[in-house]
Amino acid sequence: MAGAAIELRAVTKRFATPNGGIYTALHDLTMEVAPGEFCAVVGPTGCGKSTTLALISGLERPSAGEVAVMGKPVNGIPDGIGYVFQTDAVFPWKSVLENVAAGPRYRGTPGGEARAQAREWISRVGLAGFEDRYPYQLSGGMRKRVGLAQSLINGPRILLMDEPFSALDVQTRTLMENELLTLWSSTSASVVFVTHDLEEAIALADRVFLLTAGPGTVKGTFEVDLPRPRNVAEIRFQPRFAQIYEAIWNQLRDEVLVSYERQKHASAV
Amino acid sequence: MSTEGGAPPFSSADVRRQDAAPGPLPNPPPQAGEGYVAGSIDADLIARRSRTVRRRRLVIYALRVLFAVFWLGSWELSTRLNWVDPFFVGQPSGVITRLWTWITEGTALGPLWFQAAVTMEEAVLGFLVGSGLGIVFGILLGRIELLAEVLSPFIKAANAIPRVVLGSLFAIMFGLSVWGKASTAVVLVFFVVFFNAFQGVREVDRNLVANARILGADNRRLTTEIIIPSAMSWILASLHISFGLAIVGAVVGELFGATAGLGQLIYNAGHTFDVNGVFAGMFVLAVLALIAEGLISALENRLIKWRPSRVSGEVPI
Ligand SMILES: Nc1ncnc2c1ncn2[C@@H]1O[C@H](COP(=O)(O)OP(=O)(O)OP(=O)(O)O)[C@@H](O)[C@H]1O
Ligand SMILES: [Mg+2]
Repeated sequence: MAGAAIELRAVTKRFATPNGGIYTALHDLTMEVAPGEFCAVVGPTGCGKSTTLALISGLERPSAGEVAVMGKPVNGIPDGIGYVFQTDAVFPWKSVLENVAAGPRYRGTPGGEARAQAREWISRVGLAGFEDRYPYQLSGGMRKRVGLAQSLINGPRILLMDEPFSALDVQTRTLMENELLTLWSSTSASVVFVTHDLEEAIALADRVFLLTAGPGTVKGTFEVDLPRPRNVAEIRFQPRFAQIYEAIWNQLRDEVLVSYERQKHASAV
Repeated sequence: MSTEGGAPPFSSADVRRQDAAPGPLPNPPPQAGEGYVAGSIDADLIARRSRTVRRRRLVIYALRVLFAVFWLGSWELSTRLNWVDPFFVGQPSGVITRLWTWITEGTALGPLWFQAAVTMEEAVLGFLVGSGLGIVFGILLGRIELLAEVLSPFIKAANAIPRVVLGSLFAIMFGLSVWGKASTAVVLVFFVVFFNAFQGVREVDRNLVANARILGADNRRLTTEIIIPSAMSWILASLHISFGLAIVGAVVGELFGATAGLGQLIYNAGHTFDVNGVFAGMFVLAVLALIAEGLISALENRLIKWRPSRVSGEVPI
């Protein structure tokens, strides 16, 4: 497809392991994300989901194959990328306000204006009143929300999210998921959303990519033809939701079992 | 609360509690959740905490004084009783007398404050230049891998030689000027700060660097906003040791040629078998080093307020 926002073609990614060997994290992975599309990526742990995002973001380079964003081969970090990391990546020496204002400032917005924008985003993720706190004074879920605001404030055209809500409680999570959908529908951003949670994937996405147990490759792609706008809390009760869930789970289960067996063997050796 | 020693005679919490549950016994502090009223209880907690902090601090000071009394007392006593010869080990009272004459009548080299000022000038200059260079080169080499790999054997070699001997070289190069001694301090300070700054840059969380790059930070921003703040804890830790080293450098430098300074004063005392003079000189150096240490700690607390405080005597609320 010519107009794809994100394109990975026959991508392989190998890592050098500490004992001198080579580990293939991704093998011959091909996927495409259309402009404005919301995609979810699910797969067993260690299958290469985070690695896929790192390749799209330009932080890692593929060992073989091609990665293109907005039609241009990825070489360095593409413009308009937002990345919510799986692990904590807020800056510990910056207050919440400075953390969120960092992106606009780096992109040349004057300090005062950047802080005004940051305040708005901080209250949008429900952290109003915590502007002057340092990350060590926040809970894990709050730090996650700072990370979220930090990315979204830049108005990314490509948004990569690596299990952004996994540290949140169910209520906050539902709120944030709905908020994310609202934000996304008002932009034309393409989203790649990595999650362990199949329900979350289906509730949010237009399309779900299922990766195999490592080395990861696309095992299947599932269209989620649920109507939008969606309410994440209620969409789970639709019969169609259950059908899609079952279809994906039937295949995911096998991969999870493979991954589990492997880890059991690895730890037994 | 009201039964505790040193409690303020009146607080809003007491008033509220009296009409809530009158009784002969003081009520336990209410648990969060059951009738928690933010303002008044917080005020009470804060007052109680600052009282605990004060009491703890008092105990620590008292113990310190006790330690000093015990140490100096046993020293004084053992020399008075002639268990050890005060000619070799000195005597606290003698040291105090010597300090007093230095203060009131001046030293053999001139007024005491002048000796202290000379040595401090050398040490502070050496410290500033040495740590400045250490930080710059540490960050530079930490950021530029190639430079680090090329230069590392040279730096390791330079670090391995006993650098105080360079003092004689500097005495030839700079004569009796302040730089003769300051340079010795510079070479001592430089390596400690350099290695720490370098390591600090290397230890930067890669995730944070990745995040900053995604957010749009260019190389300069990356250095000033991510690398340096992150390496700052390492650098500041090295500064604590470095000032002591700067004083060592200044004092050793004075050995190779000086007309004034505390080091010179101590050598003079040594040459005339004046052990009390040596101790008195050391005492002045120690006081100056402590003051500098206090200033560096203050700087550290100012720069690193984003870290959970690791002040000794942390008191839970
Ligand atoms: N820098 C690296 N060096 C060596 N191996 C790596 C590196 N990064 C990732 N791997 C390996 O690649 C595989 C895929 O890692 P990745 O982080 O992409 O998994 P994931 O699908 O995101 O897992 P999870 O769901 O647990 O986050 C893992 O087996 C991991 O050990
Ligand atoms: Mg991952």
